[in-house]
Formats: sequence, structure tokens, C-alpha cells
Amino acid sequence: MTMQSSLDIVARSATTTPSPSVRQGVEVAKLIDESKCIGCKACQVACSQWNELSDDIGTNVGVYDNPSDLTDKSWTLMRFTEVEDAAKGTMEWLIRKDGCMHCADPGCLKACPSPGAIIQYANGIVDFKQENCIGCGNCVTGCPFDIPRISKKDNKAYKCTLCSDRVSVGLEPACVKTCPTGAIVFGKKEDMVSYGNKRAGELKERGFQNAGLYNPAGVGGTHVMYVLKHADTPEKYAGLPNDPSISPLVSLWKGTLKPLAVFAMIGAVVGGFFHYMKVGPVEEKEDEKESA
Amino acid sequence: MTNSWNDIKNADLVLIMGGNAAEAHPCGFKWVTEAMQHRKAKLVVVDPRFTRSAAVADYYAPIRVGTDIAFLAGVINYMLSNNKVHMEYVKAYTNATYLINPDFKFDNGLFAGYDEAKRTYADKSTWQYVKGKDGYVEVDDTMQAPNCVWQLMKQHYARYTPEMVTKICGTPKDAFLKVAEMIASTSTPDRAMTILYALGWTQHSVGSQNIRAMAMIQLLLGNMGRAGGGVNALRGHANVQGITDQCAYAEVLPGYLSAPTDADDTHAKYLETRTPKPLRPGSMNFPANFPKWSVSQRKAWFGDAANKDNDFAYDWLPKRDGAYDVLAMFERMFQGKMNGFICQGFNPIAAVPNKKKLGTALAKLKYLVIMDPLQTETAEFWKNFGEYNNVESEKIQTEVFRLPASCFAEDPGTFTSSGRVIQWHGKAIDPPGEAKTDREIMASLFMKLREMYAKEGGVFPEPIKALTWAYSNPTNPAPEEVLREINGRALADVLSPPDPKNPKEPPKVLVKAGEQLPGFGLLRDDGSTACGNWIYSGVWSQAGNNSARRDTSDPSGLGVYQNWGFAWPANRRILYNRASASPDGKPWDPKRRQIAWNGAAWAGSDVPDIAPALGPDSGAGPFIMTPEGTARLFAVGLMAEGPLPEHYEPFETPVSANLMNTNPKAVSNPAARVYKGDMEQFGTSKEFPYAATTYRLTEHFHYWTKNSKINAVTQPSQFVEIGEELAKDKGLKNGDMVKVKSNRGEIKATVVVTKRIKGLDCNGKKVHTVGIPIHWGFIGVANTGHLSNTLTPFVGDANSQTPEFKAFLVNIEKA
Repeated sequence: MTMQSSLDIVARSATTTPSPSVRQGVEVAKLIDESKCIGCKACQVACSQWNELSDDIGTNVGVYDNPSDLTDKSWTLMRFTEVEDAAKGTMEWLIRKDGCMHCADPGCLKACPSPGAIIQYANGIVDFKQENCIGCGNCVTGCPFDIPRISKKDNKAYKCTLCSDRVSVGLEPACVKTCPTGAIVFGKKEDMVSYGNKRAGELKERGFQNAGLYNPAGVGGTHVMYVLKHADTPEKYAGLPNDPSISPLVSLWKGTLKPLAVFAMIGAVVGGFFHYMKVGPVEEKEDEKESA
Repeated sequence: MTNSWNDIKNADLVLIMGGNAAEAHPCGFKWVTEAMQHRKAKLVVVDPRFTRSAAVADYYAPIRVGTDIAFLAGVINYMLSNNKVHMEYVKAYTNATYLINPDFKFDNGLFAGYDEAKRTYADKSTWQYVKGKDGYVEVDDTMQAPNCVWQLMKQHYARYTPEMVTKICGTPKDAFLKVAEMIASTSTPDRAMTILYALGWTQHSVGSQNIRAMAMIQLLLGNMGRAGGGVNALRGHANVQGITDQCAYAEVLPGYLSAPTDADDTHAKYLETRTPKPLRPGSMNFPANFPKWSVSQRKAWFGDAANKDNDFAYDWLPKRDGAYDVLAMFERMFQGKMNGFICQGFNPIAAVPNKKKLGTALAKLKYLVIMDPLQTETAEFWKNFGEYNNVESEKIQTEVFRLPASCFAEDPGTFTSSGRVIQWHGKAIDPPGEAKTDREIMASLFMKLREMYAKEGGVFPEPIKALTWAYSNPTNPAPEEVLREINGRALADVLSPPDPKNPKEPPKVLVKAGEQLPGFGLLRDDGSTACGNWIYSGVWSQAGNNSARRDTSDPSGLGVYQNWGFAWPANRRILYNRASASPDGKPWDPKRRQIAWNGAAWAGSDVPDIAPALGPDSGAGPFIMTPEGTARLFAVGLMAEGPLPEHYEPFETPVSANLMNTNPKAVSNPAARVYKGDMEQFGTSKEFPYAATTYRLTEHFHYWTKNSKINAVTQPSQFVEIGEELAKDKGLKNGDMVKVKSNRGEIKATVVVTKRIKGLDCNGKKVHTVGIPIHWGFIGVANTGHLSNTLTPFVGDANSQTPEFKAFLVNIEKA
């Protein structure tokens, strides 16, 4: 099994107090080996079950991706892309498990104006604390991977937690536990990088010249990484960004304009208050409706 | 599987054809990824669709539905023409050198002995060996005789040139040759190929011959009995292997013991016709033990009431007077010749072809009993569900009884995996509500019937009265009791046979009366042993419940796991493993050493599939279940449609002719059974121009998981798949609602337009394929859909009667 890691928080949205630094945690990472993934969606199901999520039954819209997009109740999703090279006569059905990448430099956290709504643990996991979330949607804008989704039910942002609750007690994330082919593995980030590079080497031997590890530097590396057969063209995989980076607006917000952030924080608190006044009662109504 | 799930990791080449392992067997597929990563194995997929398996394959080749035999026959021809054959193996371990009746012939699509009126080979006398005066088959070791199997096979398959394969299958020639070359590369002793197949091969009117063609290839390559080799059927339910082993169909009794028919009027005749004589000197001829298995089975069933004086209750066994497969049953029902139907764990209105015919048949029953954990379409066949089941309920008089049953997790017991490993499992929770286990329901029914026979008498009460029923709770036998009974025990002391060297030596007691038997080797035909199913003997020995063993040690590293569960037969993990060694007893591949001759006995990492003392000089062949001891490239009299697999078109074919012959009687399988009225229901390519096939999706399990919300979320509603070219021709866009029609009905679904299905060029004609996933119906939490068997034809494989779900004709249009 995996190592246990502390829940020390090293970064907190819209907060200036220093982070704890006494304990020496290890950084963790999940590695998704696309070449072994058969798109069985067991990870989607495990994610829903562990996290007690029950998404709506949708419809088929002409593809295998179901639900058709990430939602507040579907935190991971298999995305299927058919790629044909007529010149070479090759056909590929690329399958990518989409979900939060847990960036080392998380755009969502930088963009978030609400204190403590987004945190980063020492182990690298980026987590949303819904009780602090004001539903402003800045995290959506700040994310270079288009991951967070705002719930219509409680107007709060949701995404993959990398099973921070499981990891903190030494368990691997639910998707890793359930993956039948060993396409998803979990461990220390350094081990995952070295295993990912080994797998990329093996895929090169198999004829995939451009195989490689996806651990993009533009966001400081990620704690969810892919082994891709075509690491030179990650866009092929349902638009995985080639060189993701945090929007300049978000960087500006956290960089030169940081002093202004303090004022914005005050604004956020006020905004949060009005948000509570507005959304709180709506939520109660929905609950009443459900229990009726 | 001849091999096991774990053994897939030992393969150098994994061929997936007639199945879609990644889609339908995602957990077992881990062993494919193991082989690919750690053994650098290559994965090849041959399928009408670019599947999830193809998505992770090294090479994919398309094929028209229902033409697998042409493809495989082409591979045989390629191997024979290019000397890609493991010749030492073939000469020693197959019947390649054996002589066949010189009058045997194959002419324009038909083998000798065909009776057109009966649609059957009434005279199979020429499909037989030439025997000498000693009773043994005559052989020609030079393999030059024109009537030896090798020459007959060569001649038969020379017709399947790469050009012919391309014309029939629509597989581009270079793709066919690439796959043939990859397969042929495993003919050397240091390489092995495994073939993984499932219903993509069985659900055809030529299903059994699809598999036989592959078995021939594996024999020619020397891959049978080898680690990383074998012919591996991936079973579709967690315990469908178990249910087959325990006799889920009428032709056999538990343990694949041939069931008696009307012709077997005496016990002596029954045993004699099933107890073969050896066909080659030294052959182990293991089926000669049939009387021990059969008598011990009846001792398990009837105890003291089965004895020498009454031929061990032979007269109490039912004698078949015809076919009782599922198609035959529904045909009887359709003709109004069946009053009642007990339907246990089965949803036939969804799972048997031609829904309309099935609904009509069910409506003719007086009563229908449903034992199922779920509400099923069959239980609701009488109810109107609009376009999905448009019946006039008031006209249906069938009385339906529903007995809620438990699910596997609500009851302890065993699963038998595809790899024949019997594994005990515990119970997780109690069944909900009024649900009872199937055992309790059946046992209660039986006790009630027995009571009624006792009180009211009745015709032929003896077998009911005498049936062994010594369970601690007669209306709810414990699964432990049943498994012990299946294993068998000694009813009297089991003695060693007389030693010919010391005839005066008193016999030894091998097993004491009352003890559990250690295996089928101790079974006797004198009534001193009882055993419910000989192949399972050993699963619950004196040592206890061996199916519950969970030892993960694997000293050989070959994934044998000898002390995990119990594999039938005799805890053997790879069947025919004697063939993993050369005739002189050395492993063909020392790196994958299974068993070897150590000078005195066979020994190794697996239980030897031969008597331990029968050394290389004994002449005993490795295929101990045939009287010749060798495997049959030529199947002598056993198959319905011929001793060598031959290409026949599906009953609904998109092409105008069978290119392998010009005989109108031999376009489709000439020996397949077609009932009156069903032939007329077959459609033609003029009206229904597109090839269609049905299949499963990884997100669902048959018609069960549409009752489960999480499965419905991942694949919510019914769809069909077509290629981009066909979509363009028909003016269809991705996501459009379409109607798919066959000559038997129509369904509506969303269309998925994909690059993964291509039109194939078959002898100048472009054949398009419509892919039809099953899984939807009018019961459950997933979006309501049409049962896909609304479309499928009521015809099956000529040997097993498995329905032809995988190749038929449809038309498609915008709804």
C-alpha cells in the first residue's frame, strides 16, 4: 500500500498567514497509463461510490462519453477520441480519464477569492473546501484544464479530491483501487515519475516514438500525470492542453496586484454574505422538496 | 479455457477474435496487459468493429461478420504453404498421420453422406478412420498417403488463398497476411500464442466450427497444452462455467456425461456405446472409465435404491426423444405443445432470438414460473409497454408466478471461473424482503412434490421417492452439503485393484467407507462410491473444502497457484499439459517448464495430464480424452456439418453467394436446424442490405444492470453504431434517432456515427455493418429501450444450437 501523508496545508486561497512547515510529508501522485486503459469506466463508478455521488441518468448524444461532460456529481470521466491517419492507414481510439490534475501551481487556488475555499496539502493534493466556497466561478476560469464545476444545487464548486480522505489514512484513491488493468497507479511523486518514464521507454520500444510522460511544467508539474503514446500531441486526447499555464489575469491577481487582493478578500466576504442570503434559502427549499 | 486467466501472462502473442475481452472481461484483461508489459507480448484483434480491445492492440484487422472460418482457413493454408508448423508436435500429438476411409469426400460445399430432406448428414460412415485387424487406426508416418489427415487437410484448405480470404471477409490482403504472419510466428517451440474468444464465435450457425478451426491452428502451431497457449473461451457470467459443468442443458448429465436417448434402451447398451476402445497402442483412453462416473453419479442420486439388481437405477433416468435446447423448447411452446415453464435466473424474451415469436410462445403457456432476483421482461411479457412491448394483455391467459430469488452475494457457495477454478465465496448480506435462495425454492418445491406423490400416488413415482435427500434441513440444503455430495464419498471401503505381479497379495484399503473421495481416480462402477459430478471430485476431500483455499504462492512463477481454490479436473491448471513436453519428455520451452519426465514419473509445476508413470516409451498420447490419445485435426464423426471446418455464409448474408462453392444447398450451414416458418422469416439483402451484429458493452451486464442507477449513468440509453460512409449514404448525423429493421421487427435507437466501423469490400460489393449493443429493455432504471432480439433470427449452431446473434441483416433509416 501507499505511504500515509499528513494533512498539513501548504497553500490556502486568499490567505496570507504562513503555512506549517515542521512535518516532512511526501508528495504523492497518480499516474494514468493511457496505453493500458480500456475505457471501462470502473474508475468513474468507484469515484461515484466512494464519494457518495449519484449523477443524473442522461441520454446518449452519439458518443461513448457518459455523462457527456464532467459535472458537480461526476468528478472523473472517460473521454473517447477517434483519430484516423488516412495517409498511414492507422486508426486509434484514444481514451483519456479526465479529472483534476492537482497542479503543483494550481490556477484554481490562485484565482479563488474566498479564504480557505481551495487548499493545497503538503502531499500535493489540491482540495476544495465547499463550506468556504462562495460559488464565484473564478476557479473555473483559473483552471487550465477546465475541471471545476459549479453545482446548481448549492452553488459551490466541486472536483476530484484525489481521495484526500483515503490518502490521509494510507489508502490509494478509489479509482486506483478499482482499475482492473493496472492503468492507474499511485505512489510517491518521484516514484511515479520514474515509473512513468520507464513505461514511456517501453512504449517507444513498441513503436510509439513520441511516447512520454505528461507532467506539464507550465503549472509546476502535476500530481496526476499521464503516460501518453503521443506525448508530442496531447491535444489528440480530447483536447489535453499541450502547454497548460495559468491565465495571465490570474497570475496578475496573485502577483503584482497582490496588495489589492486584500481588498478583494474583504469584497469576497461581503459577497459571501450576500451569496449566503440569496442561495441559502434556495438550498433549504430543494432539500424540503427532496424529502417530501 | 484450456488454460487459465493467470496463464495469459505467459503468452508471446495474444489474439482476440470472436470476442472483445477488454469490453466484456475487463478484469481478466489485466493478464493481457501483464503479458504486454512484462513479456513484451503483442496483441492482435480481428473484429468487424474497432473495439475497446483494438484500442490497446498492436494490430487490428477488420472482418465481415460471420466469415471467421474463411479467415482461419486462410491462416491454416498460409501456415501449411509456408512451413510454419510445429512438425514434431503435429506428427506425435495429432491425427495428421492417420488414414481416413478412402470413400470420404468433399464436393462443392458438401461432405459425403448429406440428406437434403432432413438437412443433416445422415451417413457419416466415411468420416472415419481406417482400422486394422487389431482395432487400431492405420497410420502413414510419411504423411504422403492421399487419404491421410494431413493430405486431406492440405487439399481442403489450399482453396483458401489470401485472395479468397479477402473476397469473402473483406479484410484487406495486407492486413490478413500481417495477422497470418504474426500467428505463424508462434510455430517455434520457444513462442506461444493464446486465443481469447467468447460469444463472437459461438453465436453463429457455424459457431462450433469457428472454434474448431482455431483449435486446429493451435495444434498445428504446437500451442495446445502449453503455458501461454491454448484455446480460451472467456465465459460471460461469473459462474456460467459452473452451471455448464453441472448440466445446464439436456444433452448431458453433470460432468458432461452423455445423457441417454430413446435408442439406449438397456443399461448395457448405454454404457457400451459410451465406453470406447483404444484406437492406438498405449493410448490411455480415459473415457473408458465412463461406467465408473455414470454409476457413481446414480449412487449419489439414489443411494441404496440404485444397485446391481436394478442396473443402478438406469431406468429412472429420462431418455431424450428429441432436442431440448432453448430454441427447441420455445418452438414446442410456439406450437402449443408445452403447458408450463419454470424459468430460473433467465430472461428468455430478451435472451433468445426473435422476440415476437417468443412472446407468442409464452402467451400459449398455461403457467409461467419466474425465479429471479430482478423484475424481468419475461415476467412482464403480457403487459403492454407501448412500442416496446405492444401486446394485447386481455388476450393473454398465461398465469405468471413470481418467486423472488436471492443474488450471489446473498448466499454462500462457489463460482467456477472460465479457467475451471472452483472458488468458494461467503455471503455478504441477507436477501431482501421475501426473497429466498434458489436452493430453498427448489428444495421446498421438491419436498412438496414428494409429499404429493406419497399422498396421491401418480405415474412413475419411484425416482422422486428414492432420490437421496439427506440434508440437515430438507427444505433448505446447505451449500456445503451440496458441494460435499458433488465431490463424492466412499460408500464401502474402496480397495486397490489386484496387483498382477502379486495376485495373492490382499488388496489395500484406499479410502475408508464414509470418507470423502480424494478424486475421480478412486471412483468405482460396482456401487461402492457415490459422486455427483466426477470432474469436480477432489473439490471437498477429507482435507476439507479445497475451493476455499487462498494460498497465493506460485513457486514456478507461471501463475499456476496450485493451492488457490480447486481447478477441475484433478486441480490441473492447464489441460493437455503432457503436450508441453516433447515426445521424449523434455519441456519444449525450458523457460516455461510445466511438467517433464524425471526418469520415473511426470512431475512439475502443474498436475500432470497423464498417468504419472506412463513415460515417453509407453506410447500414450497427451490427449487422454480421445481413444487415440492424439488431438483431432480431422474430427471423424462428431461434428454435425463436417470433419473439417468449411466456410458457410450466415443464414442472412449480405453477399449473393458463398464463394467457396456453387451449390445452392451449401450457401449456409447445410446441417443447421431450421424450423418451419423460420426460414420464411429470414430476410434478403435486397430488402435488408446491411450486415448486423449484436454485442455487449463494458458498462452493462446483460439485462441486469439496467436496474442499477450507476450503470445507467455510465451508459444511459440505447444506441446503434454505423460507419461514417453509411451515415453519409443514409443522411444520418451523429446522435440522430434511427429505426433499425429486420424481417422480424424493428427497434428505435440513437445512432453513433463512428470511424471504428468501416464498409468492407467483399468481392466488389461494399458491405456496411450496423452494430447493435444489447442491454436495454422495458424494465429498469436506465432509459427504456427496445429488446435487441426483436431483430435476430431463430436459428442456431448446428451442434450446440447457440443462436446466430452475431450475423444477420437489417435496414436502417432516420426515425
